[in-house]
Amino acid sequence: MFTNFPFFPQQASVQAGQVDAVYFFLVAVTAFFSLLIASLIVAFAIKYRRRDDSEVGAAIHGSLALEMLWSIIPLGIVMVMFVWGAKVFFDLYRPPAGAMEVFVVGKQWMWKIQHADGNREINELHVPVGRPVKLIMGSEDVIHSFFIPAFRVKADVIPGRYNVLWFEATTPGTYHLFCAEYCGTKHSGMVGSIVAMEPADFQAWLGGGGASESPVAAGQRLFTDLACNTCHIETQQGRGPMLTNLFGGKVLLQNGATVVADEVYIRESIVNPQAKIVAGFQPIMPTFQGLVTEEQLLQLIAYVRSLTRASREGAAGTSQ
Amino acid sequence: MATLTYLNNGHGLASWLLTKDHKRIALLYLVSITAFFVVGGLFAMLVRLELLTPTGDLLAAETYNKMFTMHGVVMVFFFLIPSIPAVLGNFLIPIMIGAKDLAFPRINLLSWYIYILGGMFTLVAALNGGVDTGWTFYTPYSTAAANSHVITAALGVFITGFSSILTGLNFIVTIHRMRAPGMTWFRLPLFVWSHYATSLIMILGTPVVAITVLMVAAERTLHLGLFDPALGGDPVLFQHLFWFYSHPAVYIMILPAMGVISEIVQAFARKNIFGYSFVAFSSLAIAVIGFLVWGHHLFVAGQSVYAGLIFSFLSFLVAIPSAIKVFNWTATIYKGSVSLDSPMLYAFGFLGLFTIGGLTGLFLATMGLDIHVHDTYFVVAHFHYIMVGGAIMGYLGGLHYWWPKISGKRYSEPWAKFSALIVFVGFNLTFFPQFVAGYLGMPRRYHAYPPEFQVWNVASTLGASILAVGYLIPIIYFGYSLVAGEKSANDPWGARGLEWEIPSPPPTENFTVTPVVTEGTHQYVRPTQEVGVA
Amino acid sequence: MPDFDAEHFPGPIHRPPLVANVDAIQPGVHAEHPHHPKLQHHFDDMAQQTEASALGMWVFLVTEIMFFGGLFTAYLVYRSANPTGFQEASNHLDVIWGAINTVVLICSSLTMALAVRAAQTSAPPKVQVGWIAATMALGAAFLGVKVVEYTDKFTHNLVPGPDFVWEGQYTAAAEMFYSLYFAMTGLHALHMVIGLGIMAVIGFMAWRGQFDEDYYTPVEVSGLYWHFVDIVWIFLFPLLYLIGYHYGAH
Repeated sequence: MFTNFPFFPQQASVQAGQVDAVYFFLVAVTAFFSLLIASLIVAFAIKYRRRDDSEVGAAIHGSLALEMLWSIIPLGIVMVMFVWGAKVFFDLYRPPAGAMEVFVVGKQWMWKIQHADGNREINELHVPVGRPVKLIMGSEDVIHSFFIPAFRVKADVIPGRYNVLWFEATTPGTYHLFCAEYCGTKHSGMVGSIVAMEPADFQAWLGGGGASESPVAAGQRLFTDLACNTCHIETQQGRGPMLTNLFGGKVLLQNGATVVADEVYIRESIVNPQAKIVAGFQPIMPTFQGLVTEEQLLQLIAYVRSLTRASREGAAGTSQ
Repeated sequence: MATLTYLNNGHGLASWLLTKDHKRIALLYLVSITAFFVVGGLFAMLVRLELLTPTGDLLAAETYNKMFTMHGVVMVFFFLIPSIPAVLGNFLIPIMIGAKDLAFPRINLLSWYIYILGGMFTLVAALNGGVDTGWTFYTPYSTAAANSHVITAALGVFITGFSSILTGLNFIVTIHRMRAPGMTWFRLPLFVWSHYATSLIMILGTPVVAITVLMVAAERTLHLGLFDPALGGDPVLFQHLFWFYSHPAVYIMILPAMGVISEIVQAFARKNIFGYSFVAFSSLAIAVIGFLVWGHHLFVAGQSVYAGLIFSFLSFLVAIPSAIKVFNWTATIYKGSVSLDSPMLYAFGFLGLFTIGGLTGLFLATMGLDIHVHDTYFVVAHFHYIMVGGAIMGYLGGLHYWWPKISGKRYSEPWAKFSALIVFVGFNLTFFPQFVAGYLGMPRRYHAYPPEFQVWNVASTLGASILAVGYLIPIIYFGYSLVAGEKSANDPWGARGLEWEIPSPPPTENFTVTPVVTEGTHQYVRPTQEVGVA
Repeated sequence: MPDFDAEHFPGPIHRPPLVANVDAIQPGVHAEHPHHPKLQHHFDDMAQQTEASALGMWVFLVTEIMFFGGLFTAYLVYRSANPTGFQEASNHLDVIWGAINTVVLICSSLTMALAVRAAQTSAPPKVQVGWIAATMALGAAFLGVKVVEYTDKFTHNLVPGPDFVWEGQYTAAAEMFYSLYFAMTGLHALHMVIGLGIMAVIGFMAWRGQFDEDYYTPVEVSGLYWHFVDIVWIFLFPLLYLIGYHYGAH
């Protein structure tokens, strides 16, 4: 127990330095004010200790100047914290374009991970250093949370929607992965490792067996198996809206509203098609709730997404 | 011939269980919340014992999960929220404003019975196998996946919420309508101001958590789809509804303690509070702004970034009135006549620990930083600094300060100083290491953990054992004082306030004639001034 | 003079007394004075007692607003997510029954106000009881209609849960709508039942001649409660029954 206890977490991502900087600022402010108050109290308690039982204190009521001083200075300090923290949050929140995508499905009590080229992992995630990695995460059951302390990133994984988390690893190594939202009996067992590797080693790992069907290919297979292609055909004349070039664009709904066709919209359209009916179409799509797993949903989404970047004939492009 | 006080005015169980006297009701609460505190503390000890080793070798995972859940539920709803208002507030508010009782004495008694009923539901849930959702009952785990006694526990919380609502209602009406002639708002003791602010939160916030836990229970029994995504519900809606109350709830837990500290600091520095109106208004500001910050619990839940910005901003803003109070209390001690009696030691402890606790809250309000520390032991350490280092210190300080008034007896001052020191040392050893473990990445609610966190956990458990001793000693010397303690004068501390003008212990009706108030209770003057000159 | 602890504080601390009648507040003589039989002794006079009771009821009603507020929030969230679905589900509620219930409750608020007025003007107990009984009858009628409506839902498989059957297009939204419908109207109906209980007690007290212009606070605060329960329905009716009318189609 006493041989190896770290005092401070390793910095293994680009984000870690940013987060630690604001942390140290707050530690300094906390230490300063705590020590200030503590010292003042000790000093006053000694200097003004009661010497006689009938003694009373000075007849001082207050000072507007002091009240202003110790309201405005703390206000200024916390505003710095607010702006700085907001900036760091925006950086952590917005994945850069071109990030390497990985799908994550959390379920009691494991993490199921699928790379874009089909490599699947359970409770482990191999990533290259020096490259932004973006995780698209869903849950099969309850709320979980994907937490990598060494990277200083965390995002809840919530059933019924997708949350995104991104990071860029800087140092090869193996880092803790924790579930950080209580999810039942084996919550503390829902842990794993992030394995950051040099790019060459990572490519070797990707190619070295274990890869199965890519999500796009799996999605294409499901699309046929589940008969999606009988209504969603390659022209506008199908019973369902055409899906080519759908992803990322705006969709006009029956009730006049428009939505952006993102991962959440595609997922909802599969499990709860009645929620948003596209203008000009009948609400006849059956629900696939319970007929597809969260992983399969991600694969279908990957496939629909791929219909934007390649023609319908031929290329089963991996999403890059 | 024994003088008639509220303690000997009527004997027998019925005279206590059917009392309408706010002072007796305060004692009913004192006994029951102490019992719940011990129960909650036992759950905590089991948690800390398990965490001595990295592997989950003491308790099964499911049992451990129930232990931390029950610790939270009992401590939050059955100890912290009622503690100061139901014991000290009930006892003192009528006396401090010059009234004979609260506005609604029977509702006051009813609130105690409701509290007991809610407590029974929760104990039944515990005895039947417990609940394991965490005190926060997050959906869909609590509605769809947990197979523990969620409904019983949720109903226990629901019922007890009404105790809180009725207490708040009683305080508001009392403070508005039953102040003695001459007791203007700005002559009120700060203890009353802080309880007024607390009561506003109690009546506005508690009903929301009440309906929320009812919705959870309904969903579990009737399979409604309110929070279940498979049925079109939104699990994050639960979080919004839950935290809309539970954030203001933390201000219910700390504002009364702040009121106690205001009283103690004035009494033991024998000096006016510095900045009376700033301290009074800051209580109201905390209550109002405190309702607008709940989203800071949802920064990583996928909440809109722009909503997050607003919540973060307001969370920083709510820290300012607390800072104002800390500076005003410190300035009160300056040029005071400072006595280090045990209540003042607890007040000093509060000042230091609440400052640390409050400032560590800023770490959580900082959005980019919260991503890392959310749901880690950093959060656990933060809120225990406020709840234990702050609220419980305030509660103990208040109990010690007003014990002579409540019981008519003096407790052993040397033992009191000793246990205050033990509490302070034990507390810091328990919770400071948790800041370190949290930033290192140790998640909360973990039954087993990686070995590199062990040293921090061992230190924490050692501290908890010391802290437990510090909490047990007062039970002994307070109990002893009741049987063999020295009698107390009306005003054993040389303090100001209507409560010190009446006997210790007070008569049932507090004042035989309604007092006509001429001065604020926070006015202390130098001995060179003549009596009668304002 | 306040009794200082002479052993610990040898000298008196000179400061002005807090109260003008220091000696009087010590235990001693308690002057007897005539007062209304309903005055509770912790109050100074009937005016203070009446004001305290009224304020207490208003504060309680604020808590009730927050209590219902949680359900209204859920309604708000789910209706904005499923506007058309909620409209379709709402169309299956019977607007006629809803409208009848609305009229019934508004009338009951009128009879309630008249009951308060009767007490306020020292009307004979028979008159007071009459208005209270009328209020109760209308309240019972409201509940009767709700029984009819709920029975209809049960027989048409519109109760959320495993037996829910929806023939329209927006099934998930309909089940959510009916969850909220039952939760909100159920909570409201529970408050009506409690209101009937309160009215029964007030009616009994009125029959015993306890209320007149000097003391009618219980009638007044019960009236406040009753009006509140009425107002909640005024919100529930359009939100649950009239969505279709809002969108112009039915």
